[in-house]
Amino acid sequence: MTMQQEPVSTEDVPTVIDLSPDEARREHQEQMARQEAERKDGALLQVRGLSTHFNTPDGVVQAVDDVSFEVGFGETLGLVGESGCGKSVTALSIARLVPDPPGRIVAGEIMFDGIDVLKLDSDEMRKLRGKEIGFIFQDPLTSLNPTLTIGYQIAESIREHMGLSQKAASDRVVDLLGKVGIPRARDRLDDYPFQFSGGMRQRVMIAIALSCDPKLILADEPTTALDVTIQAQILELIQTLSEEFHTAVLLITHDLGIAAGMCDRVNVMYAGEIVETGTVDELFANPQMPYAWGLLDSLPRIDDVRGERLRTIEGLPPLLINPADACRFSPRCAYARDICREQGAQLTSRGSEAHLARCWATEPEGWIS
Amino acid sequence: MATISRPVAGEIVQPRRSAGLWSDAFGRLRKNKLALVGLFLVITLLLTGLFGPIIAPWPYDYQDLEAVFAGTGGPLPPLTAGHILGTDQLGRDLLSRLLDGARISVSVALVVQLVIITIGVPIGAIAGWFGARLDNILMRFTDVIYAFPDLLFIILLSVAFRDTAVGQAMDGLLLVFVAIGLTSWVTVARLVRGQMLALKETEFVEAARAIGVRDRRIVMRHLLPNGMGPIIVAITLGIPSAILAEATLAYIGIGVQPPRASWGSLVAEGQKYVRSEPHLVVFPAIAIALALIGFTFLGDGLRDALDPKLKGKQ
Repeated sequence: MTMQQEPVSTEDVPTVIDLSPDEARREHQEQMARQEAERKDGALLQVRGLSTHFNTPDGVVQAVDDVSFEVGFGETLGLVGESGCGKSVTALSIARLVPDPPGRIVAGEIMFDGIDVLKLDSDEMRKLRGKEIGFIFQDPLTSLNPTLTIGYQIAESIREHMGLSQKAASDRVVDLLGKVGIPRARDRLDDYPFQFSGGMRQRVMIAIALSCDPKLILADEPTTALDVTIQAQILELIQTLSEEFHTAVLLITHDLGIAAGMCDRVNVMYAGEIVETGTVDELFANPQMPYAWGLLDSLPRIDDVRGERLRTIEGLPPLLINPADACRFSPRCAYARDICREQGAQLTSRGSEAHLARCWATEPEGWIS
Repeated sequence: MATISRPVAGEIVQPRRSAGLWSDAFGRLRKNKLALVGLFLVITLLLTGLFGPIIAPWPYDYQDLEAVFAGTGGPLPPLTAGHILGTDQLGRDLLSRLLDGARISVSVALVVQLVIITIGVPIGAIAGWFGARLDNILMRFTDVIYAFPDLLFIILLSVAFRDTAVGQAMDGLLLVFVAIGLTSWVTVARLVRGQMLALKETEFVEAARAIGVRDRRIVMRHLLPNGMGPIIVAITLGIPSAILAEATLAYIGIGVQPPRASWGSLVAEGQKYVRSEPHLVVFPAIAIALALIGFTFLGDGLRDALDPKLKGKQ
């Protein structure tokens, strides 16, 4: 059972003493239940109008531009798109890990479990990271410190946030290593990262991310550096553990196959904007944005003719310095008309409340239906 | 039908026990003969510094006047009975004085490097970690120290503080050591800063931030140990120059006061008799040279052993 580790202030003490231990416990449980119920109504994470800019010698890069989305309790939300379209910066912004300078969150609101993340001071933010928000990085080979033992690195977060004794912390580490599928966990506490394979190290990273029972895990391309068979194992592990711990996951990937298998809902990002969002079923059965078609189309298919080239989306994502008020995908879009190049489209509904797309062509009055 | 031997789960070979960075490095160091020679010389020097006065045949300031007057009345040559390395012009046993001087050289090595570490590492770490303006201020300060003439600074310090408690400690030697340290932390500070700048961009540091580790802890547990190799090398290679600096100062009469003598002041004293009694210069000079060679070889060996790029080679 997780308890808040807040220090009890002196004013609170008398009210606790007035009650018998049983009463106090009941009181506390009721309070916890009330809070839980309140929370269940809203989303765990609400991002509204997030804009993160980077100052570069060439100008201001609007890496993330007016991005809004929600992640529910225990939900897995996918964030898909090409390289350089702002997925990672979005995740880093949520954890306030964007290097400043040159990066800066210029606008928006990030509500995490009722806390306004952007208003926290750096110490409060530090206490949130690792404890409430876990992070799994792309490259497990470089994300572990080569000079510290695995056991130390997993215990670091536990010691920092949970205030457990040495013994209790080390038991918890063994428990976690067992959960992420590392055999003979107790024997491996004193091993160094170089004695672990890539897949094992990513398991260790997952153990670190889960170490304090966070409510949200930001997984930034957790399997990109791993080979395909290990990818499947790691994804399955993330899925089972997030279900077991009822942890929400923001899964960043460029692999639609992974998104389809793992996520409840998917946001498609392009050039710093969300261009389409919907449940996995809606998005894959009925994509409403030429960019999403392109992404889906570029997946290799089982019925592809051998020797034929894989399909790609021609061109590259635009530079995000002073983007024009136009659909950012229009230069690469086969269906673009004049209006696309003159005015950016809004995210509008496509059939259901959850399914939104940013495209003139697939609007009800558009030219593709 | 032949049975096919198949690995059974229980028979899986136990993986190699945790070696770790340091034991790995020591393994590489052991294969380097020059480094072992250096290590041997350094250990000999340290032991001499510790036990020198105990094994010395005479007290360092004892004048064996009988022997002197039995001879020429001047310094006794080496291999005289009772005085293997001879005596100086006052009949003091040279071997005993060298052994006592080793103590000074060892304390130079330790105290100066301690001063360098206490000043250089924090300044470099703070400059590198916080960057921006603080970095600029601290690095310009180190530039100023770097540009200031060392010898002048040391002489000024030892004159200015001669009569204070620090000036009197350890026969006035402590002040000299601290002064040498105060002029030579610059290299280490720059090195540490460079290491910090490189390491703070690494992903494991970002990962540590992502789990909410305190800045202080990131610097102490994640950055410094990873940057330790070059720092250790710089410190080891800095010891010879510290010993040399003390010898230089002793030669010009700053630091150790008679009747005690460091190797530098022994050379200075012996110089007057160098034509007739060269052993008074030769033996202290050999002692200095051996100490310098020892630390230099060891430092070079450590640099190779701690360089991760060399892992697996040799």
